[in-house]
Amino acid sequence: MKAAAAIDVRELSKRFGDKLVVDRVSLQVQRGEIFGFLGPNGSGKTTSIRMMCGLLTPDGGEGHCLGYDIRREAAQIKRQVGYMTQRFSYWEDLSIRENLDFVARLYQLPRRREAVDRALEDLGLASRARQLTGTLSGGWKQRLALAACMLHEPQLLLLDEPTAGVDPSARRDFWEELHRLAARGISVLVSTHYMDEAERCHKLAYIAYGRLLVQGRGEEVIASQKLSTWRLEGEDLVNLAQRLERTPGVAQVIAFGAALHVSSHDAGLMDTLRVLPGVRRVETIATGLEDVFVYLMSHADDNFRQGAP
Amino acid sequence: MSREWFSLARWWSIVLKEVLQLRRDRITLAMIVGIPLVQISLFGFAINNDPRHLPTAVIAADHSEITRSLIAGLQNSSYFEVTETLPDEAAGARALAQGRVQFVLNIPADFTVRLIRGERPAVLLEADATDPSATGNALSAASGILQGVIDKDFKGPLAALAGGAAPFEMRLHRLYNPEGITQYNIVPGLMGVILTLTLVLMTGLAITRERERGTMENLLATPVLPLEVMTGKILPYIVIGLIQTTIIMLAAHFMFRVPFVGSVLALYLAALLFIAASLTVGITLSSLAGNQLQAMQMTMFYFLPNILLSGFMFPFRGMPQWAQVLGSVLPLTHFNRLVRGIMLKGNGWVELWPDVWPILLFTVLVMGVALRFYRRTLD
Ligand SMILES: Nc1ncnc2c1ncn2[C@@H]1O[C@H](COP(=O)(O)OP(=O)(O)OP(=O)(O)O)[C@@H](O)[C@H]1O
Ligand SMILES: [Mg+2]
Repeated sequence: MKAAAAIDVRELSKRFGDKLVVDRVSLQVQRGEIFGFLGPNGSGKTTSIRMMCGLLTPDGGEGHCLGYDIRREAAQIKRQVGYMTQRFSYWEDLSIRENLDFVARLYQLPRRREAVDRALEDLGLASRARQLTGTLSGGWKQRLALAACMLHEPQLLLLDEPTAGVDPSARRDFWEELHRLAARGISVLVSTHYMDEAERCHKLAYIAYGRLLVQGRGEEVIASQKLSTWRLEGEDLVNLAQRLERTPGVAQVIAFGAALHVSSHDAGLMDTLRVLPGVRRVETIATGLEDVFVYLMSHADDNFRQGAP
Repeated sequence: MSREWFSLARWWSIVLKEVLQLRRDRITLAMIVGIPLVQISLFGFAINNDPRHLPTAVIAADHSEITRSLIAGLQNSSYFEVTETLPDEAAGARALAQGRVQFVLNIPADFTVRLIRGERPAVLLEADATDPSATGNALSAASGILQGVIDKDFKGPLAALAGGAAPFEMRLHRLYNPEGITQYNIVPGLMGVILTLTLVLMTGLAITRERERGTMENLLATPVLPLEVMTGKILPYIVIGLIQTTIIMLAAHFMFRVPFVGSVLALYLAALLFIAASLTVGITLSSLAGNQLQAMQMTMFYFLPNILLSGFMFPFRGMPQWAQVLGSVLPLTHFNRLVRGIMLKGNGWVELWPDVWPILLFTVLVMGVALRFYRRTLD
């Protein structure tokens, strides 16, 4: 039981009406791993996470969390998993302390008062413990939610966009905390739209239209798409970008400030690029996560259609 | 499904949270006390007034000493005030229909002659009983007046007539409202109406609110069982229901002097049963409703037939058969009878049972529906 992966789900599917929202998603998160879950809006991240903690019943597939079956042992999973919802879901008409205290009671923590006091202390909210939660700013709500879902010291954290709306320094603190937890053997599945956060994860998965397109370590994800990328400088970037998009062999063009990132499956495209009118400078750069994700997002639709009968 | 047992500690934490939230919800708190007080004042005062000097028309086709003293007797009671004399029944019917008079006293042409012959003729007192509380007292006074006239006038040669059965009869016709609700009907009836309104609405809202604000997702992700959530959330409302019952009972007793001959314990037990029925309805509605607005609309949808068909608004026996059948399904119908039975008649277990089991059955059936639609997940 101890050796089991933190999350091991196979072929999870979910449909709402006749829309297949999660399509045969399989993913594995090892103990002590921080696993980033990325994908465009509406791609099925939240739905997948809900299935993993027993809030939604999968229409297909099976899996285990912390060694417990997600269909039959949801009760055990809930005890050891901390789930932070995407939308703030604590009680706005309760004070900060009352919210934490309530959560502590639900988990039947043996030293409730101490746990709540410690959480307030760590949050730096001890002096505002009596403030009604509804009056907190968005970022503070987010931090409270995080503290509340970690109150019972879960073995696995499922965090659905935990840092949306949180300021950069609080975000940095948060990720440092996540790495400290991971070092203690706690596993984390975190969905995010931020590239810098994606880069701080041990492993990543990218989902679009309900399908898991890639998963693995950052380098693996980048390597999997076999893209070469160049940085172009030149005149009239808008026109240049349009021209590049029509150039055969170019997979994608992204504007990055005063330069363009051009990616291609053809490593020899550099010679073509160099002689294009308006191009001043071309240099080969390493393909980044962002290049890959933008590529995945824009081509997921095509893959999807090809895959359909 | 791995077994997971109901935990009292978790259940209690839900109760505490609900109480905390209720305490901050001033409007709901005001409703708990306000609804009974406002309703009882509005509805209740209508029953306590004892209207007198009600306009009365007389169709007297017979003029004799006896008919004159009959009319004078009515007049003297101060309930009736003869405002007009009409030529025939058609005119009387018109006066009633127009609402010009409350009563029409119709004395037939051969009344005195037949009276002396001992043929027990009848006088007809027609009443516009659309508002029974307006005519109830006057009508009950009418028979006393009848007796008074007999005692006073039937002396000398006619004394023999006064002895046995009444020498003439007074027929009462309550038009428009055949049953004529008793004056104590309304205050006890209000108890059920108020409990239905506040309990169905408040439990419905309390549960859909969690769903609407997204906090249900959070609750479901913790070890708390949905059953603990549901029952924990309704406990405070049971207490609220009992508080309302007490307010209404006190008001009935001190403000309206409604007699209370039965057992207080029986009344509280009946109220608990009815509260349970209302709460299961509230829970069921909340599992069908997606948001608070829908829960509110569904409550109204449930509330209206309860008010209209339970005998609270209209006398039950005055309703057509189909409406009576519908009405007998509703717990409020039976609760009204229970409360009236306990407060006014001092009924015991045997008399109450016929109205207890329908509420029990209703509660069990609705609970079945609630369990059927009861959501363990977010699906
Ligand atoms: N309860 C529901 N009923 C019907 N459709 C739903 C429901 N929940 C989600 N969906 C649909 O499922 C799809 C995936 O939604 P989901 O919330 O999982 O996306 P997401 O990846 O979390 O997006 P975001 O990044 O915006 O949070 C969306 O198209 C959404 O409209
Ligand atoms: Mg989401």
